[in-house]
Amino acid sequence: MAIFLTKDSKVIVQGMTGATGMKHTKLMLGDGTNIVGGVNPRKAGTSVDFDGTEVPVFGSVAEAMEKTGADVSVIFVPPKFAKAAVVEAIDAEIGLAVVITEGIAVHDSAAFWAYASSKGNKTRIIGPNCPGLITPGQSNAGIIPGDITKPGRIGLVSKSGTLTYQMMYELRDIGFSSAVGIGGDPVIGTTHIDALAAFEADPETDLIVMIGEIGGDAEERAADYIKANVTKPVVGYVAGFTAPEGKTMGHAGAIVSGSSGTAQAKKEALEAAGVKVGKTPTETAELARAILAG
Amino acid sequence: MDLFEYQARDLFAKHGVPVLAGEVIDTPEAAREATERLGGKSVVKAQVKVGGRGKAGGVKLAATPDEAVARATDILGMDIKGHTVHKVMIAETAPEIVEEYYVSYLLDRTNRTFLAMASVQGGMDIEEVAEKTPEALAKVPVDSNTGVTIEKAREIVAQAKFPAEVAEKVAEVMVTLWDTFVAEDALLVEVNPLAKVASGEVLALDGKVSLDENADFRQPDHEALEDKAAANPLEAAAKAKNLNYVKLDGEVGIIGNGAGLVMSTLDVVAYAGEKHGNVKPANFLDIGGGASAEVMANGLEIILGDPDVKSVFVNVFGGITACDEVANGIVQALELLKTKGEDVTKPLVVRLDGNNAELGRKILSDANHPLVQRVDTMDGAADKAAELAAAK
Repeated sequence: MAIFLTKDSKVIVQGMTGATGMKHTKLMLGDGTNIVGGVNPRKAGTSVDFDGTEVPVFGSVAEAMEKTGADVSVIFVPPKFAKAAVVEAIDAEIGLAVVITEGIAVHDSAAFWAYASSKGNKTRIIGPNCPGLITPGQSNAGIIPGDITKPGRIGLVSKSGTLTYQMMYELRDIGFSSAVGIGGDPVIGTTHIDALAAFEADPETDLIVMIGEIGGDAEERAADYIKANVTKPVVGYVAGFTAPEGKTMGHAGAIVSGSSGTAQAKKEALEAAGVKVGKTPTETAELARAILAG
Repeated sequence: MDLFEYQARDLFAKHGVPVLAGEVIDTPEAAREATERLGGKSVVKAQVKVGGRGKAGGVKLAATPDEAVARATDILGMDIKGHTVHKVMIAETAPEIVEEYYVSYLLDRTNRTFLAMASVQGGMDIEEVAEKTPEALAKVPVDSNTGVTIEKAREIVAQAKFPAEVAEKVAEVMVTLWDTFVAEDALLVEVNPLAKVASGEVLALDGKVSLDENADFRQPDHEALEDKAAANPLEAAAKAKNLNYVKLDGEVGIIGNGAGLVMSTLDVVAYAGEKHGNVKPANFLDIGGGASAEVMANGLEIILGDPDVKSVFVNVFGGITACDEVANGIVQALELLKTKGEDVTKPLVVRLDGNNAELGRKILSDANHPLVQRVDTMDGAADKAAELAAAK
């Protein structure tokens, strides 16, 4: 069944006609994603040929939804224009907006999150600064390589793109129901908790792998949520034990401030909630494997 | 990016937050004229990005221009908690302070909103106030789309229970401080203390500002606020090449793709180091998604130029990044350094997985460089890199 994204999802791409959008639209189509359109007001009415698949370009998200029934938008527009693109998706009330763009100013992401909330959160936002999500064998909305693994019974939620790939690769023989990259920015839409709740409710997910990193308290809150609400086994991994205080480690949100946001505190919180936490990605995969083997 | 006090003061002044006059200088002699401009007396304040400078002797009153020169001489070059003082602010002396308050705006990550914080217990460490008397610190969420109007500001001031005679003045400060926060794309604006002086005015006597570097595209003035002199030379060189690099204090140079994987690589190397003379990662370097051979070469050049580095671990999982590009980058970087006459003697351990991994591994095997060895698991490669660093 998967979470948030299935073979029936009708996907549009905001920023499809840019270089990154073109590259990844082609890859997503190759993974079987049902891409029904692109959005670019300056190129509305044209279409783009992706190896024989004609994808129409619409003037707005609303128009694309009206003409195609699209329910997912993947957003590749540059940081400068990202806020306007997300607000457009929210105004059109599309069900899911996946914001791949890295480098969005916090005042912009806080503004579109506040806007989505004021509109009743009809649009689920994933990201920004994320690799998107994949339901192997069905659909791919973002930049996660589609050929790492196959459909299976593990659900994955991660702040990091490459650690998502690494974990999918480690457990490629078992396969994944869905893998969701929620992004490494200080303000993100979908959280660990949202994905945990969805995986808990998904009958085709038997085990959840949760990947966190330094900064903020999302992992601690996820630990509380797991303790109270998740019955499926959860295996965790946290990156950034060796990160110094006060330095941003690549992701805008990955920063230890004073004594808060440390990897050690996150690990301890998860373990206190009964989550097995691996010391390395490989050890984490082994923990998951052992649980699934019973 | 955290700013110095004088930079925060300038931004406050620009947006209408009431501040005292002041200017920044970096030689003792300049303190004389600056103090003369202020009418003959001043406060000499060390400019360091760390708290507790007052207790450390970094803030002194000067009753005459000569005294200002003497105090500036004392303070310039002083070490405050590991920070050397290179600049001092010569500030107007404050009128008699009656009360000290605290006000700030910051990002509340947990609730994904902005937060106003205000307290009538200012002038001290606010984390201490939050811990000992949390009821004395008002925290009011601010919706970024409606912002802080004078009505919203009055709500914040009322929650913090400011005395009636200053309430409206503090509310006005809350509005101008919000303007600073938004207009400058700040992650934090803090005034501590916000002082009520004998005349009844309120003044921002000290402050902190932290700016969002992701907003640089619309903040052309912010580049000038960077403290380039304080940056580590390797970090500066990496930044000039658009590389995401952080210098650490270990011996194993690290290059990887993706912030999460690189953070994880540092940890895995530190664990491996526990078995090999306690060697540690020497840096964080993320070459990013879709990195080309050129980016790889730039990264490697920075790492190999770090005298602390004894071995290098290149850890790449090819998602968007193609492993053959990475392998070519390694080979090209080593050739480039050789043609520059640099004697590369540091061993490289390379782990490639994912997109085009087979092709990448073949390129490395064919190049057969004596310093490069391939290990095909992350944990195994980290162990090898730590072992090689310990053996040097």
